[in-house]
Amino acid sequence: MYDYTDFDERFVRERVAQFSQQVERRLDGSLTEEEFRPLRLMNGLYLQLHAYMLRVAIPYGTLNAAKMRQLAMIGARWDKGYGHWTTRQNIQFNWPKLPDVPAILTALADVGMHAIQTSGNTVRNVTADHFAGAAADEIADPRAYAELLRQWSTDHPEFQFLPRKFKIAITGAVHDRAVIRAHDIGLQVVKNERGETGFRVLVGGGLGRTPLIGMVVRDFLPEADLLPYVEAVLSVYNVLGRRDNKYKARIKITLHETGKEEITRLIEERFEELRPLFGGADQALLEDIRDAFAPPAFRNAPVTAFDDFYKSDPVFRAWADTNLAAHKNDQYAIVTISVKEQGKTPGDMTSAQMELVADLAEKFGHDDIRISHEQNVILPHIHKGDLPALHAALVQGGIATANVGLISDIIACPGMDYCALATARSIPVAQEIAVRFKELDLEHEIGPLKIKISGCINACGHHHVGHIGILGLDRAGVENYQITLGGSGAEDAHIGDKTGPGFAYDQVVPAVERIVRAYLAERDGPGESFLDAFRRLGMEPFKAALYETGDAKDAA
Amino acid sequence: MSRRFTPKVVTANRLREGDVVYLTADDRWTLVHGEAELIEDEAHAQLRLLHANAQGRLIVGAYLADAKPGPNGPEPTHFREEFRTRGPSNYHHGKQADLDHV
Ligand code: HEM
Ligand code: SF4
Repeated sequence: MYDYTDFDERFVRERVAQFSQQVERRLDGSLTEEEFRPLRLMNGLYLQLHAYMLRVAIPYGTLNAAKMRQLAMIGARWDKGYGHWTTRQNIQFNWPKLPDVPAILTALADVGMHAIQTSGNTVRNVTADHFAGAAADEIADPRAYAELLRQWSTDHPEFQFLPRKFKIAITGAVHDRAVIRAHDIGLQVVKNERGETGFRVLVGGGLGRTPLIGMVVRDFLPEADLLPYVEAVLSVYNVLGRRDNKYKARIKITLHETGKEEITRLIEERFEELRPLFGGADQALLEDIRDAFAPPAFRNAPVTAFDDFYKSDPVFRAWADTNLAAHKNDQYAIVTISVKEQGKTPGDMTSAQMELVADLAEKFGHDDIRISHEQNVILPHIHKGDLPALHAALVQGGIATANVGLISDIIACPGMDYCALATARSIPVAQEIAVRFKELDLEHEIGPLKIKISGCINACGHHHVGHIGILGLDRAGVENYQITLGGSGAEDAHIGDKTGPGFAYDQVVPAVERIVRAYLAERDGPGESFLDAFRRLGMEPFKAALYETGDAKDAA
Repeated sequence: MSRRFTPKVVTANRLREGDVVYLTADDRWTLVHGEAELIEDEAHAQLRLLHANAQGRLIVGAYLADAKPGPNGPEPTHFREEFRTRGPSNYHHGKQADLDHV
């Protein structure tokens, strides 16, 4: 785990001290809300529908037991005993009271955490593949680069007032688990034909009201050029990006308005100017950082306990089949703890469950914990021999749901249950879909299927890249849900296609059921996933199932 | 035909806790939508909003929300405002829980 430097520590403590005074001055009336609002947003504090919300960054989704315990403590002491994992590898607390926020930020600083740059037109939390450093298919651990980017972008004087927020994601594997193609900058660690490490660089991806897949601007950027190149992208964007219209301010629009060729030329030109200025200090820093991400001391021991349980215990087997992923050390597995129990709120974890995860990470998991953009929690390094004991403990704690990657493993944004920008609810839609397919006992038969739900056009729930995407809208004062099919956030990234007219709140679950039944009827055997079937069949059979066989008034 | 003014209530969030509150005719901030002043006149609505905006030490983000008369005082007309009277639908949290104890 990377530990903060003295500089980081001082910077974070100073910000907490400043903000504590600002809160005091707001409470005693010396600051107006107009003056205070930008200050609280700089510190991750939003005002939502029913309360404040504090957004805390989890850099590249990595935690250890001490940090997790502190989040559990904060949830128990200042919130309502839980926290919400988000698609940007942050945690959100939904019920902090304004006078308590300085104490919460102090508690975070005690474990090297903060809420800086989780809001505003800055470089946001750099996200990474949640299997980083563990995945069998990885070329290199992307987190060292993510940390380098974090240090460079934190409080960077030139980039505190960008035209709009700026999101960077990085993966070290070909299989994209970090949705890099839907970020302002997406980075993929690659090797060139000489075996040297570098990056494929994508620019201009993003969701929201104008969803676009990022374009490749460099097939191979040498490792040493990372910071000057990213700085060149930001610096071109900082000048060209539109500040007159916030809907046209993201770099994806700049890219489309300027043209890929011209923008690439400008980036390369700026890059040539910047490169000599970096002078190697960044590379020395990278070497230091890399040490902090060295792999843990893997144990060499028999895995017979796993094989025995796998053969004899069907509950364990079902969990192992969905919740484990291949580790680079074949005695090990990557464990995804599902935070998607059917009927519960996607991504909400209680303080007691966080404590349990912290204990298990220490006992079995080399003190390493990850938060995924899919709102689940990961123990990346578990020896297979320990899996039965780990599973038993998760069952005890109520977090052994065996559904990772299945239809009930839904991403849902807070929607109108919390978010002030929402046009409709998303959480209850997710709850009802998950419960319905559990009742039907169809989840495992359906196989891999990603449903993603947003409560407004901002697309925090990634609905455009869901195999089934659901977008909640307000149509003349009534909740109405638009469905898209065939989206993907992986290496085959694609924006889903609209099925047609939207559905009333109580018609969404039946609509999803008709889509899924059409898939089951048409698929080329269980080996053909929903996404593959959709790509082969196109929209027609699904449209027919949605709008023709059903009662016409369903599709209001 | 001139458009008729849709009745309004003044609503905001409490500065300290963030709770949703409504302005009453006797200048209190209440958690209960039914206790809000139902404003039927546009000019009066603007005056009440000005009054609310001057109370920045108590509340944040005051605005006028559509409402209609009901048997127990004003009722919201839009689903967003209806959710704001209660709290989230996934947990018994927020005002729906706090008001149980009143
Ligand atoms: C509840 C308070 C929230 C507010 C006020 C908020 C606001 C926004 C806004 C305005 C956008 C559109 C940005 C643009 O297109 O320029 C956006 C996008 C996004 N937000 Fe949120 N959001 C909130 C919660 C969340 C949560 C809970 C998540 C994760 C579950 C999240 C993750 C994202 C992502 C992934 C995007 C779209 C990707 C992109 O930026 O292109 N946000 N958010
Ligand atoms: S998608 Fe809309 S409703 Fe959902 S969290 Fe984002 S801003 Fe709020």
